[in-house]
Amino acid sequence: MSLLAIDDLAIGAGELSLVDGVSLSVEPGEVVALVGESGSGKSLTALSIMGLLADGLQRRRGSIHFDGADLTQLDDEQLRSLRGSELAMIFQEPVSSLNPLAPVGAQVAESLIVHGRASVDGANREAVEMLRRVGIPEPERRARQLPTELSGGMCQRVMIAAALISRPRLLIADEPTTALDVTIQAQILALMSELAEEANTAILLITHDMGVVAELADQVCVMYGGRVVEQAPVEALFAAPRHPYTSMLLKTIPRLDEEPKQELFAIKGNVPSPHDWPAGCRFRTRCDRAMEQCAERPFMSGQVHRVACHHALGGDL
Amino acid sequence: MSPLLQINDLKVHFPVRTGRFGGNQSVVKAVDGVSISIDENETVAIVGESGCGKSTMGNAVLGLAPVTKGRIEFQGKDLATLDATGRRHVWRDLQVVFQDPVSALNPRRTIAESIAEPLQIHGYERAQIKARVDELMGLVGLNPDQRDRRPGALSGGQRQRVVIARALALSPKLIICDEPVSALDVSIQSQILNLLMRLQRELGLSYLFIAHDLSVVRHIADRVAVMYLGMVVEEGPAATVFANPVHPYTEALLSAIPLPDPSLRHSRKRIVLEGDLPSPMKPPAGCPFVTRCPVVEPACGDARPPLEEISPMHFVRCRVRAPSPVVTKI
Repeated sequence: MSLLAIDDLAIGAGELSLVDGVSLSVEPGEVVALVGESGSGKSLTALSIMGLLADGLQRRRGSIHFDGADLTQLDDEQLRSLRGSELAMIFQEPVSSLNPLAPVGAQVAESLIVHGRASVDGANREAVEMLRRVGIPEPERRARQLPTELSGGMCQRVMIAAALISRPRLLIADEPTTALDVTIQAQILALMSELAEEANTAILLITHDMGVVAELADQVCVMYGGRVVEQAPVEALFAAPRHPYTSMLLKTIPRLDEEPKQELFAIKGNVPSPHDWPAGCRFRTRCDRAMEQCAERPFMSGQVHRVACHHALGGDL
Repeated sequence: MSPLLQINDLKVHFPVRTGRFGGNQSVVKAVDGVSISIDENETVAIVGESGCGKSTMGNAVLGLAPVTKGRIEFQGKDLATLDATGRRHVWRDLQVVFQDPVSALNPRRTIAESIAEPLQIHGYERAQIKARVDELMGLVGLNPDQRDRRPGALSGGQRQRVVIARALALSPKLIICDEPVSALDVSIQSQILNLLMRLQRELGLSYLFIAHDLSVVRHIADRVAVMYLGMVVEEGPAATVFANPVHPYTEALLSAIPLPDPSLRHSRKRIVLEGDLPSPMKPPAGCPFVTRCPVVEPACGDARPPLEEISPMHFVRCRVRAPSPVVTKI
């Protein structure tokens, strides 16, 4: 049984459909990347797992099973007992996600205390140990400091320590390194994969960066226009992308081994906002393989390597 | 021929108050002795992580950050000595494109009004302005139908095209591009980079390209300068620096780029730096990189190493990798 199984999830706001029929699963200990550009619905999908959709956004249909229980059927109390223990989340902006007025050690210890897993003293000791594990020098002294006294990279380590201290079975990481510098990003990615492997924690990694996906993920789901368009093991996705969007997206990234100053491959047009999503395949207005048939919605097909496209690359596998 | 822009030993130091009651004065050395020149039709990239001083340097050229010491010469004229009229002439030839096209545009103005603004300031006539705005919109790939729309109705990539059109209005020689694509979606970044490269070919522009994304820099730059804590630690032709990085910081920076190729995940040599950037208020003595350097030696903390030319036009500031030639008496 999958640890997390999302089936046909749809999220909307008023008239607008923002996430439309997303299905994906995460196995225990697996790193699944959810990739997409702004407005693709990747962050909304993640927030709805945690039951943290903002006011005005509603889940319209679909189920989210975690360890066999449908999260959408749980009440607030039951969800709260899962959040911070079995399920944890880290966000893009570490500085604004931490309480500026509380020492970082107490913030790391909080979930253990709230969930009654340890005494205050015991939790504080574990917090210091966790800060040491995530590579914060002088953890005893740092634990007493406020987030404002720490750098952005340090704050992201604190967030990771707070998320992992209760040994969650699933960590949702929403753009965990986007706000960080590249040398700090390398540290944080190495740390996340090491800690997750050690505790057999599964990670749902939300990102727009194909480089980060290639570094960390086992499985990849590519989203476009509120839908999953392709799903595959990481090697297969990069070696032989089947959806034209994935293929074109990979081609637009300047590579370190190509001739400089040459014209880069570019996808025509703009990332459409949900108001302007076309009927049928939502990529068809920018796609060079689009035909009449694409006005009808393509559904996901395939076994290991799944794609939603009427004219997928590599033909019918 | 003298370079278009010549920066000599530029220092930008900001006084800050520290301590619980702000009673202690100290100084942030945001830019601490940088020399760089840009020729006509050349792209020079400044790379480095947040806090290295790359944006402050661009701002100093634009007159948006105070110059503590050093000289900035543009077309042979010292910017510090110019009067108001002289400055206005310079702004025709020196323009800027910032990272965030949302905050760079007035949301109440139409696109045509925003692009026309520099032309109005410089006294063009109405008919000339209309023709020039249409020409500029075509040049950056905007549809003339969009001239009366406001920024809110445009996507991020289209807004950045508007900002670029406005920067081109007075036919500048040099554009300072401060992270011009990093706020854009991945599928849009290559469109804007292609636009910048095409405009350079067609108009003979020069760019001072400030960026943290090294894959982008490698693609677009002729020369690259790597900054760390307000100093240039390595500078050279982009092809040389990317193929043969010599400073240990450049090496670590290049090895940290996440590559979109999962097959390299285990085979690739990775230098993961320990620790964070030191506070620019308390930079280490000697070499700025001494606290994180994987090849550090005890003497590195003694004095700041000079920028040594290790091969033609390739400069490195490292006493381990690029030792100063020892002068021996005969």
